[in-house]
Amino acid sequence: MTVTLTPVLSATWGSDKSWSLDTYTEAGGYAPLKKALGMAPGDLVQAVKDSGLRGRGGAGFPTGMKWGFLPPDDGGPRYLVVNADESEPGTCKDIPTMMSAPHALIEGVIITSFAIGCNHAFIYLRGEVVHVYRRLLQAVREAYEAGHLGKNIHGSGFDLDVTVHAGAGAYICGEETALLDSLEGRRGQPRLKPPFPAVAGLYARPTVVNNVESVASVPAIVDKGVEWFTAMGTERSKGMGLFSLSGHVTRPGQYEAPLGITLRELLELAGGIREGHELKFWTPGGSSTPIFTQDHLDTPLDYESVGAAGSMLGTRALQLFDETTCVVRAVTRWTEFYKHESCGKCTPCREGTYWLTQILKRIEAGRGTQADIQQLLDTCDSIAGRSFCALGDGATSSIISSVTLFREEYEAHVEQGGCPFDHAASALFEYSDTPATEEAHA
Amino acid sequence: MTYDETTLVSLTEDAAAIIARYPVKRSALLPMLHLVQSVDGFVSPDGIQFCAEQLELTAAEVSAVATFYTQYKRRPNGEYQVGVCTNTLCAVMGGDRIWDELSEHVGVGHDETTEDGKVTLERLECNAACDYAPVMMVNWEFFDNQTPESAKQVVDDLRAGKDVAPSRGPAKVCSFKQVSRVLAGFEDGRADEDQGAGTATLAGLEAAKGQGWTEGAK
Amino acid sequence: MTATADKPAAAVVDTVTLTIDGTEVSVPKGTLIIRAAEQVGIEIPRFCDHPALKPAGACRQCLVDVASPGPDGNLRAFPKPQASCTMTVTEGMVVNTQHTSEEADRAQKGVMELLLINHPLDCPVCDKGGECPLQNQAMSHGRPESRFVDVKRVFEKPLALSSEILLDRERCVLCQRCTRFSKEIAGDAFIDLQNRGAQQQIGTFDEDVLDFDGYRPVGAATVDEAGKAFSSYYSGNTVQICPVGALTSAAYRFRSRPFDLVSSPSISEHDSSGSAIRIDHRRGKILRRLADNDPVVNEDWISDKDRFAFAWQNLSDRLTRPMVRKDGDLVEVSWPEALAAAAAGIKAATSGEGDDARGAAVLTGGRVTLEDAYAFQKFARVVLGTNDVDSRARAASDEEQAFLGSQVAGTGLGVTFGELEKAPAVLLVGFEAEDEGGVVFLRLRKSLGRQRVATVAPFLTRGAEKLGATLVPAAPGREAAALADLPADVRDALAQPGAVVVLGERVAEAPGAFAAALEVASSTGARLAWIPRRAGERGAVEAGALPGLLPGGRTATLKGPRDAVAKAWGVDALPAAKGRDTAGILAAAAEGAIGALVVGGVSASDLTGDVAAALEGAGFVVSLEVRRSEIAEAADVVLPVAPPSEKSGTFVNWEGRLRSFATAIRTDAMSDHRVLDLLAREWGVELGTGTVEAVNAELAALGAASDAERPAAPKAKAARNPRAKKGTAVLATWHQLVDEGALQDGEPYLAGTGRVAVARMSAATAAALGDAVSVEVSTEAGAIELPLVVTDMVDGVVWVPVKSPGSWVARDLRVAAGAVVSVKGAA
Repeated sequence: MTVTLTPVLSATWGSDKSWSLDTYTEAGGYAPLKKALGMAPGDLVQAVKDSGLRGRGGAGFPTGMKWGFLPPDDGGPRYLVVNADESEPGTCKDIPTMMSAPHALIEGVIITSFAIGCNHAFIYLRGEVVHVYRRLLQAVREAYEAGHLGKNIHGSGFDLDVTVHAGAGAYICGEETALLDSLEGRRGQPRLKPPFPAVAGLYARPTVVNNVESVASVPAIVDKGVEWFTAMGTERSKGMGLFSLSGHVTRPGQYEAPLGITLRELLELAGGIREGHELKFWTPGGSSTPIFTQDHLDTPLDYESVGAAGSMLGTRALQLFDETTCVVRAVTRWTEFYKHESCGKCTPCREGTYWLTQILKRIEAGRGTQADIQQLLDTCDSIAGRSFCALGDGATSSIISSVTLFREEYEAHVEQGGCPFDHAASALFEYSDTPATEEAHA
Repeated sequence: MTYDETTLVSLTEDAAAIIARYPVKRSALLPMLHLVQSVDGFVSPDGIQFCAEQLELTAAEVSAVATFYTQYKRRPNGEYQVGVCTNTLCAVMGGDRIWDELSEHVGVGHDETTEDGKVTLERLECNAACDYAPVMMVNWEFFDNQTPESAKQVVDDLRAGKDVAPSRGPAKVCSFKQVSRVLAGFEDGRADEDQGAGTATLAGLEAAKGQGWTEGAK
Repeated sequence: MTATADKPAAAVVDTVTLTIDGTEVSVPKGTLIIRAAEQVGIEIPRFCDHPALKPAGACRQCLVDVASPGPDGNLRAFPKPQASCTMTVTEGMVVNTQHTSEEADRAQKGVMELLLINHPLDCPVCDKGGECPLQNQAMSHGRPESRFVDVKRVFEKPLALSSEILLDRERCVLCQRCTRFSKEIAGDAFIDLQNRGAQQQIGTFDEDVLDFDGYRPVGAATVDEAGKAFSSYYSGNTVQICPVGALTSAAYRFRSRPFDLVSSPSISEHDSSGSAIRIDHRRGKILRRLADNDPVVNEDWISDKDRFAFAWQNLSDRLTRPMVRKDGDLVEVSWPEALAAAAAGIKAATSGEGDDARGAAVLTGGRVTLEDAYAFQKFARVVLGTNDVDSRARAASDEEQAFLGSQVAGTGLGVTFGELEKAPAVLLVGFEAEDEGGVVFLRLRKSLGRQRVATVAPFLTRGAEKLGATLVPAAPGREAAALADLPADVRDALAQPGAVVVLGERVAEAPGAFAAALEVASSTGARLAWIPRRAGERGAVEAGALPGLLPGGRTATLKGPRDAVAKAWGVDALPAAKGRDTAGILAAAAEGAIGALVVGGVSASDLTGDVAAALEGAGFVVSLEVRRSEIAEAADVVLPVAPPSEKSGTFVNWEGRLRSFATAIRTDAMSDHRVLDLLAREWGVELGTGTVEAVNAELAALGAASDAERPAAPKAKAARNPRAKKGTAVLATWHQLVDEGALQDGEPYLAGTGRVAVARMSAATAAALGDAVSVEVSTEAGAIELPLVVTDMVDGVVWVPVKSPGSWVARDLRVAAGAVVSVKGAA
């Protein structure tokens, strides 16, 4: 496999008024739609199955298979819901996609809806990105005006309405069943599965929930074909994906590449870790994935390899931290995030993150004990595999992996009665006087 | 309810427009709470009662939703919601320092509003702009690659009534109420305003172009 | 009673066989693992699970190891423990609970530890201590010591969710049984989860609690009609199902420890459902009542009135010694003296001849047990020689009596709760399920979405809305016309097999309505169910405590049935003169035409007749009462009788089901039937009503009337057509479940949850009053002024509650529903 980047979704991001219908159309947009409308829906589903496209929202479930779970048409409505709630720390690929090329998503929504027999699709966008929302609203309007949405689209007999729905600040709404409850106007708390959304989802109707990037990849697959897609990536992780590099890297940003690329290869293209520093730890797929170290620079970033190496590919949110960074500080802040975002439905996550946060803050502040370090692991054991949804599991990932890989750093906090690191050294700007240590999130 | 006649009429019209977007009207609750914020500047008890009546829910059910999501404010919010991301990556990249200095400079803490009603500070969770860390959001517009100085400058300018442009987004930052109305689903005509896609967003594309890799785009 | 019909062949149910902790068990398909485990005596710890609520899987306490056969037939273990309360069993499944799986045990202990980290050590001051599932399961499935050394989250406590229900938020384990019950079963989402994460709590919308800034909204239709924090008639059930002490009742808070209490099963005396309750008492004093599980009648629930309204049985006005009026004052005397005085007084007052002949009359009240009612009517006929006996302390009619005698009495078990639940369509006539039926409402609500409900009423109440009912609009008194002219889709719905028409006691206020209902039933095939308000009404019908009815449905107006009963009673003949009903008795007494009145548990304020004049006009009054009521206060002899908790007896519920209860608290108080038995001896009569057994033996021997012995079914009669003139309206009125009924006296916490009284009129009718904010409803007798709420309802009608604060219709207006009243706007 040659090391290349493959700008597909990101190809038009640098163009003038990249978000407009005109720019998108000029670059070939909506031709795939016309092609798709000429196909049988069942063939579209098969094509996506054959492409091996896996959900790009973190779980990596085969997209075509998910579409195939819908029961036969019973005359009632079925829904496509796009999960645009991107909130996993480190994940920042869907927002720029929708900011710079919303029509890629819209076209994907139309083709997908056509394939699964949906006549009303929803895009659930997190509420904290208002300009993205503007772009999506406008893109939908432009699509209606151009006849890509509405009744009898391009004479195909297919009707589709799209509603763009803004969330209001809850990471848990990125969990598909919590998203559905939120879309129904409720608290975003996950639902029991079964029934699965494919059988009883939005308004108890068959529903497909897909990530932005998954849906936005569909037009390209229709346009360029299954073989083109399967030529990229690895045996079981086909295609390309957006890799988000952030942190102590010279040129952070979105790097679209075939799955299976390594961090070392990406770092070369991104100018490496910042001058004079070296990589200490990083996340392959966002804060919910066990952390990696320099030892994993050559791990191919595909689902299988990362899994075999003890973590998860997730959303390819590569947060890179150099040697100036305190692991305990990083993990504490992530844990506070999970505590803040815990919906509260189930005991392990609600009480567990509350407890873990207090222990970690004490350790970080130098008031921890050796027993506390063990207690972290014990409490994680009471959460992982016990909670109602994956948020609980995600909360434990960084703690367990960091204690495994950097136990001596935890112990240093305990022994030294404080943090041995200088926070100023990690910052991207300079400051010199003693930073005030403020109480973190309540 | 203490909404005056005119407000109630326009609220009801807007509510009808929102409800019409959904097959089941309860789905309108989240956008309607944004709508209430666009009128009252926070989710007021009146707003809760209004939503309850429109959607045939009890006030307890509406507040159950209103208290679950962090964007719904329970006290009259400042004209500008200024949020500094202090999740791990941004915090390590300097967000903690920005928060400390900004909070001291402005004189309020998390979820508190300045006396002049201009600015409410908030410690944010990840806002999906990690490649632009440290990140600040003002009324949910992106202020990328911040330093303590740049953050203070932005806030000072806002409090002085100047127009402030975000790093990525519209020509200038709008008010909390205006932005809330957009989030309720009503376009404000600013979608074509642009500050540029951003260096980080285009980093991969630029690297690819630099190497002549346009294969994927074929 | 009735012979049992041929039993249908037992339905074949798909069963599933699985193994739990090495024990094989077969259960119906669709059973949850946790239920299947219970069947083999394996108790998996749990909090959010409850058999009557849909699975939540929230608390994670019930985690077990599950393996199930894969497509290849081999057992595949689930990678992580599963919540046994949300997973249904499959064939060949292997489940290992905490008893046989270390992983499951560790998982459960882990969850229990986490539950306890924020739970306060309130046990010493918490009501639930001693009967607390958290305590119990922490002991059996938890760690002996906690490893949590950090700061617990705290809340101010307690919060009053209503005047009765208190919430200690930090005790709450967020099992959501309370919110699920409120939403799923009662349909009242007055509480919901608030906030998020570790700050999540149960609450109403209370802006102070949730830290909302701002003013309190005012005006109509915000919280409830009168700006009051809305509650639910069934809120007490949440206290009972709360697995910790988070929800407590104000009436019981800090009063007792469960191990000090004696629990006696009983039947609620508050409505005609005959709900099974548990009376918890200590040293002779009732401290609380709970719902008892009765899958056939009330399942796991009771109304707040059933639960909390028991103080009336022992207030400061409780009578314990007989009293006789001497020199104008009532003085306590011995039983022999009182019985002798009562008999002497009655004999003297009824001894006149010719023009001076005065008879006696008996008002039993609707609270009587079956045995009491039987004794009253037998006493009236055998001892007093009169048919002037009536149990109906409410609007009644001859038409109703004919209906009850021909269709209800002696018919045994009719439409049941289960059949009501399964009915494809239900038409309610003169019956508000929530306000007048208690648990009947909950049973109907179970079928929400699967059952067509329509109601003949002047407007849709909130209770009717919660049932998804459609309105068949009818002004009070016009129900017969509405029934004769039902919408086609309602008739079609009623034609489905199993459909039911429910008739409330207010149908008696609507001339022609019974006949019209019978016509609907016969033409559609729907079955009829009569659901009165009071616990003793059906029993009184069975016992013949009505002027025109003898026991078993026999008519008192025909010689044949009279003689049959006389023979059974060993007397020559029963009185032949037509009996007067309650209204007739009161009117006759006021005119001085009644010599002696024997009155049971009747509240004067419930009657529209001039009770004061009746008591004045009657020559001699004997009162059998629990309390020193208005009528007892005016009586010549007062004989104290036992309240329900101090006696045994039977209520017959609206289904026709016998609901027997035994004495819960032993005192020397006597039942009405025993007192009457003693009183009859003063005439040398062996009434035979000394014991419950004796009465039931007589009733069994009498049996049900044959068709020929019954009164004829009521015939159609032209319905009254009150045309309201300017400044008047037709009065509609009925009881709210929680109101100022006498049996709710002495319980202020419950009273605080009652809905505030308002008057309702349609927009058009209200417009005629001008810009009025409140309305004065008046008759010659008096006036009631209430805030006005414009309601979508029939024009020309004004509705007020019949006995709520500021609105006592019978006492102040002296009219019943259907009467024309004056209405006037007030500022």
